[in-house]
Amino acid sequence: MLEGLSSSLQKALSKLRAKGKLTEDDVQTAMREVRLALLAADVNVKVVKQFVDKVRERAVGQEVQKSLTPGQQVVKIVYEELTDLMGGTEERIRMAAKPPTVVMLAGLQGAGKTTAAAKLALSFRKHQHRPLLVAADVYRPAAIQQLQVLGRQIDIPVFDLGTEVDPVEIARQGREEAIRQGADVLIIDTAGRLHVDERLMDELSRIKAEVPPDEILLVVDAMTGQDAVHVAETFHQRLSITGVILTKMDGDTRGGAALTVRAVTGCPIKFVSLGEKIEPLEVFHPDRLASRILGMGDVLSLIEKAQENFDLEKAKEMEQKLRTAQFTLDDFREQLRQVRNLGPLDQILKMLPGIGKLKGLENIQVDEKKFLHIDAIISSMTKEERANPSLMNASRRRRVALGSGLTVREVNQVLNQFEQVQQLMKRFAGGGKKMGRRNALNALKSLGNLGDLPGGMNVPSLGGAGSQQKRQHRKKKKH
Amino acid sequence: MGLLDKFRRGLEKSREAVFGRLGRLFQGRKLDESVYEDMEEILISADIGVDTSLWLIERVRKLAKEQRVTDAEALPPLLQQAMEEALADCDTSMRIASEGPTLYLFVGVNGVGKTTTIGKLAHRYLQEGKKVIMAAGDTFRAAAIEQLVEWGNRVGCDVVRHTQGSDPAAVVYDAIVAAKSRGIDIILCDTAGRLHNKANLMAELAKIRKVVAREMPDAPHEVLLVVDGTTGQNAVHQAEAFKEVVQVTGLVVTKLDGTAKGGVLLPIVREHGIPVKWVGLGEGMDDLEPFSASSYAQAVCRPDGV
Repeated sequence: MLEGLSSSLQKALSKLRAKGKLTEDDVQTAMREVRLALLAADVNVKVVKQFVDKVRERAVGQEVQKSLTPGQQVVKIVYEELTDLMGGTEERIRMAAKPPTVVMLAGLQGAGKTTAAAKLALSFRKHQHRPLLVAADVYRPAAIQQLQVLGRQIDIPVFDLGTEVDPVEIARQGREEAIRQGADVLIIDTAGRLHVDERLMDELSRIKAEVPPDEILLVVDAMTGQDAVHVAETFHQRLSITGVILTKMDGDTRGGAALTVRAVTGCPIKFVSLGEKIEPLEVFHPDRLASRILGMGDVLSLIEKAQENFDLEKAKEMEQKLRTAQFTLDDFREQLRQVRNLGPLDQILKMLPGIGKLKGLENIQVDEKKFLHIDAIISSMTKEERANPSLMNASRRRRVALGSGLTVREVNQVLNQFEQVQQLMKRFAGGGKKMGRRNALNALKSLGNLGDLPGGMNVPSLGGAGSQQKRQHRKKKKH
Repeated sequence: MGLLDKFRRGLEKSREAVFGRLGRLFQGRKLDESVYEDMEEILISADIGVDTSLWLIERVRKLAKEQRVTDAEALPPLLQQAMEEALADCDTSMRIASEGPTLYLFVGVNGVGKTTTIGKLAHRYLQEGKKVIMAAGDTFRAAAIEQLVEWGNRVGCDVVRHTQGSDPAAVVYDAIVAAKSRGIDIILCDTAGRLHNKANLMAELAKIRKVVAREMPDAPHEVLLVVDGTTGQNAVHQAEAFKEVVQVTGLVVTKLDGTAKGGVLLPIVREHGIPVKWVGLGEGMDDLEPFSASSYAQAVCRPDGV
């Protein structure tokens, strides 16, 4: 998310970071670059002006001059102001006292409302709610069908009355249907419309009057340019929106819209949507995003993701296996699956601090298929083979290759890879005391150089194994 | 209704929102540095981008000097001239096959209006008496095929399609075979929207292009990148990425009937030399117009006409 803005802002501030003393000129130059970086990211011209003035004012003030590391202090100010600009803290959905809670989505054409509706429904279900989707886009060809298909995919009911009925009526009956079904959340997907289209804007007002929504969420494409201001302002005037969903944040957008919309309307960004795969929406954390933009990583989100998706029981079991060095191919496969559960790896990687600066990793594309291949290869082995890979002779390797639909070369690769991981585990478990930091690093490096493995694959397992090693190390010292 | 009027009408809201301010800005002011500064701000807030805005202003400054302009009110025509220069090599004609069917491929990120554009264009060519088929190459998004089929019904045009999840290159291949056997003039190929930073999806697009080139030596005759007129500077990155992978030959800028002015087309044309071929000015079947640099520049710079 927002790598482009991130790198240009970091560049602008990097000159300040190391300085022991800041002159007004230094700040002036840096602020000019910050201004350009924000403008290139489509942040609204006026918002940029205010932002830069605020930062400049604070940067030449007392708090910075007195500090020992004025450069760092300026970075901190930018961080604080960025967080502030994006809304400070995260905002939750307001639930109705008496169900159903009604959420209405609105936005321009192609912003991603229908996809966001499905994702939002999934988010609600994750929190033990029973959502009902209402297809009120009667204009775009096949829009209702799109919602139906998505609904089927994620197994959430979709209410529609075809394209001949007034959307207001669809919304009203949708609400009744929700009550009848016992659904406690109603998500209304409306047609995309230009904010200058009087007739359609009026339709939204009528829906609003008919089924008073608890939340009216404006869906905004993160790649929107300066016009985001007009769009947000108009929708807000007409409907008093209560929040924003930013979509397509997985692109290389610099997301100026994110910074602008909140500043202009005062409406918080509640969710961000990444990718076309229907997964729950992510809650928008202004502070974490600010930290990511400034290259400080977002470890908090990563930990949360891990907590949500890692099976604790299994992790403990795995730890035990690591300690006793009984790490089999089955475990290897299990570990890969757990890592995959975290979500697309390239997105996970970007949450780690400093990763953006590593050469070759800025634009890393992890081929998720590799995981499937490894999985297929391991699954094509017999139980005995998985427990004891040394059984794998040429004939068995050929069989496994045929079984998994891959080549013997790839089977060999996986086996080699596993062997190296296993060796690493053994060293951690058994010879922990002998292994200094350098050795550990070398071992990790060797793991990093594995043939044409997806580069990213090594990093998560590396992270886990590394911390394992550190923990043991510390224990040894205490004794 | 002349083309200029249509542009003017379509861009009405844009002009009011931003370039309307140009008029007010210039009224009764002496030409000094502050005028240029204000102009810069307005151009940037029209998504023209920092570099191209500065370029335009430099150009206006030079023209003003040459013509000894002292009054700010004389600037709009100069700005218009500078914009036309920036858009100078904008060839809007569509390449046609010397024999056999002509194939146009449409690419772009999600939700920019590819399918709608194809529907409108099919309508236009059918009106001209051409035989057209559409290929439903968006096999990814839910109900995208149905959306194109619905357009096919509306404009009266056949759609070659497979099921959701099938190989888009195969759909396009089938469309080519069908076109050859039925004596079709124009094949319009839809593709799934994809973000330009997803290498795998971009590779899929390259494959579609390869299949087309193999089956029809001269094709695709145009690869059109569809850009949402409300997009900001990201559109420049989109143009770069798609140009590299599928050799984009032209742009379609959509949704210009809102308050966005599609200012981002200026940096794309100027810095990447990709001409704008069509602009979308509304939701109706007829709301697709060939781009005209002079009309565009005039419509945005001189809201009140001449």
